[in-house]
Amino acid sequence: MKIAVLSGIHSNLEALVACISHARSQGAEQFVFLGDLLGYGADPQACLDIIAPMVSDGALAVMGNHDEAVLGGMCENLVFIARDVIYWTREQLQQSGRDFIQSLPMVAKMGGSFYVHASAASPERWTYIDSAVTAAKCIEASESHLTFVGHVHHQTLYYTSVGGAVQIFTPVPGVSIPVSPHRQWLAIAGSVGQQRDGSPAAAYLLHDQQRESLTFFRIPYDYLSAARKIRAAGLPERLALRLETGN
Amino acid sequence: MDLTNLHQGIEVDGFRVGEKIHEGGMALLYLVERDGGEFPMLMKVPRLEFGSHPSCYVGFEVEQMILGVLSGSHVPRWVTKGSLEDTPYLVMEYVEGKSLREYIDMAPLTADEAARLVAALAIAVHDLHLQDVIHLDIKPTNVLYRPDGCAVLVDFGLARHGHFPDLVEEEFQKPVGTSAYISPEQVMGIRDNPRSDLFALGVILYQLCTGRLPFGEPSTLSGFRRRLFLDPIPPRILVPELPEWMQEIILHCLEIQADQRYATAAQVAFDLKHPDHVPLTGRARRLKRAGLPTIVRRWWRSLRSRSGMNAAPTMHLAQASQILVAFYPGSGQESLLQAILEVVRRTIGTDANCRIICVTVIESDISTEQETGHELVNSLYTQRLVEMHHWAAELKLPFHRLRFHVLEGVNAAAALVEYARQHHVDQIIMGARGSSALRRILGSVSARVVSEAPCTVTVVRPPPSSAAIYKNLYSGRNKENSHD
Repeated sequence: MKIAVLSGIHSNLEALVACISHARSQGAEQFVFLGDLLGYGADPQACLDIIAPMVSDGALAVMGNHDEAVLGGMCENLVFIARDVIYWTREQLQQSGRDFIQSLPMVAKMGGSFYVHASAASPERWTYIDSAVTAAKCIEASESHLTFVGHVHHQTLYYTSVGGAVQIFTPVPGVSIPVSPHRQWLAIAGSVGQQRDGSPAAAYLLHDQQRESLTFFRIPYDYLSAARKIRAAGLPERLALRLETGN
Repeated sequence: MDLTNLHQGIEVDGFRVGEKIHEGGMALLYLVERDGGEFPMLMKVPRLEFGSHPSCYVGFEVEQMILGVLSGSHVPRWVTKGSLEDTPYLVMEYVEGKSLREYIDMAPLTADEAARLVAALAIAVHDLHLQDVIHLDIKPTNVLYRPDGCAVLVDFGLARHGHFPDLVEEEFQKPVGTSAYISPEQVMGIRDNPRSDLFALGVILYQLCTGRLPFGEPSTLSGFRRRLFLDPIPPRILVPELPEWMQEIILHCLEIQADQRYATAAQVAFDLKHPDHVPLTGRARRLKRAGLPTIVRRWWRSLRSRSGMNAAPTMHLAQASQILVAFYPGSGQESLLQAILEVVRRTIGTDANCRIICVTVIESDISTEQETGHELVNSLYTQRLVEMHHWAAELKLPFHRLRFHVLEGVNAAAALVEYARQHHVDQIIMGARGSSALRRILGSVSARVVSEAPCTVTVVRPPPSSAAIYKNLYSGRNKENSHD
């Protein structure tokens, strides 16, 4: 079975639709949403209207820090610009949307894979996996052959060596990378709805269970429309610009 | 299940186990069959028992990763891998044929025989590089020849895929490879340069031609490192009757600095197939090893330098294409020849290591039975070569990046397409026949080449009235500049 793993949708409807349809064209039969469905973008309810029915049909979804923030609290741990959008998002959501977010688990497991938004080592602390050290802690805690995380917006692949040390690898988009069952792998799926590496293309990954491979994709989408909606909603200009420049 | 001690006739996951054909320190090989199997198969079982070398484990994993994505006739066909976690194995095509090892045992061979064997091997290596994989352990036991002469590379345990994590590099701090064949940069721990495989081709050629290994088989790190500054004894000292072109090719492959070697395996194959086109340099006539000052300089450099390619093999190849320029020199179409020159110049500008092969076709239907006809073909042949050299001089390329060929054939398009296929040409640049009346009567050579060639084809037309257009172009450019 092919499983599409999408993280950091961030209320970006155009990017979400582009990634889902690309994944379907690649033969994806199962979808996993790795959290941060909301925040930053102008289409929170529209995104949940797509994701929630998929989840009730068997797709998996876990909670991200932006989703948790939408549920309440002062969001002190978020930067100002993100906080403003969270307050705005709270007003946009219908009760059904809020209930859906409320129901999200922190982690999910399926077929030997472990799914979490930030790190399998204390998921509720929203630790960033940005080094071999943090990756090693996550791999150790997940105890799984494959661990999928989001939170960090750059697509990265970590893996254990025979000696146990964790190595880092930057995948090339579109190349199917065999993930040998003899070691542990930690894949950062990148972000569907907000890029920070200079390319505006949306990011997700496809896990082919049968061929034991991961393919990291970058998908072009209509980011100009997504940015226009951010401006029309009166959200910070910086967020619209970020979609246009990927930075 | 213990797969390291299987008896004949036993069945593993639907494969009937046959004869055990190899039992080495790293792996065991069994012949296997299964119902409906289209070709003979081999089961490779790694030695993973307690105490076995960690490289057995990693090598097995790497081979499984890489062989699974390779295709074509130069690698064994992939069948499957073990379904069970505790009984790992690979099943692949069993390549029936002679191993290069058997030819090595007969060395020294004649230069022509060695050239034939290594040209086939170089084509296999080029095919591998085109699939983004560097073998990094090319040696006689890892090369097999199918009955039709096609070379097959086996054992990908130390290979590197340009877009996969390098599991080998992470695991070993010291150089990995076979001591006799490993390249200087591999000794330095660099595993991302496709030209490392070309160094191994040089070692194999040297061994086939002289019966000796250029660097011996050292077992210590300092022994490995010696090839970073000491060059081998020139092969013509050992075998004086060895042709100069062969020494040129061998020493070109064995250059210490990777960027001094051939740019691609396709270039090595080309030169081995056309020895009389190989330009001879100081390498060909060298009859002694480098002197002490050179050795000291190389030794000093070896302590400091550590530069990898940092690029996938296909990106390297994209910078080193073989470009076939096909035209009819002397056909009087000066403006067309000039236009082709411009296109070739632009290509050279973006492609730092490309090789330009100038080709023209002369029609061989001139009756060669008569003495005069034969002489006519010969003088035409020379005339064409002279004209092409004259044309190419304008490119101001070093001679090792230029080759010239006059083909004979009744059908120019078919001859060009076949030549491009045989020589792994990446792009054909050719002129369109100028006169539309001629095109109507004779058909368009370029149209046929475009539709049948295995590569990119660029068809060049001269500007309608070149003088006027150039004039406009330059005055236009000046205007643009004045706006700046």
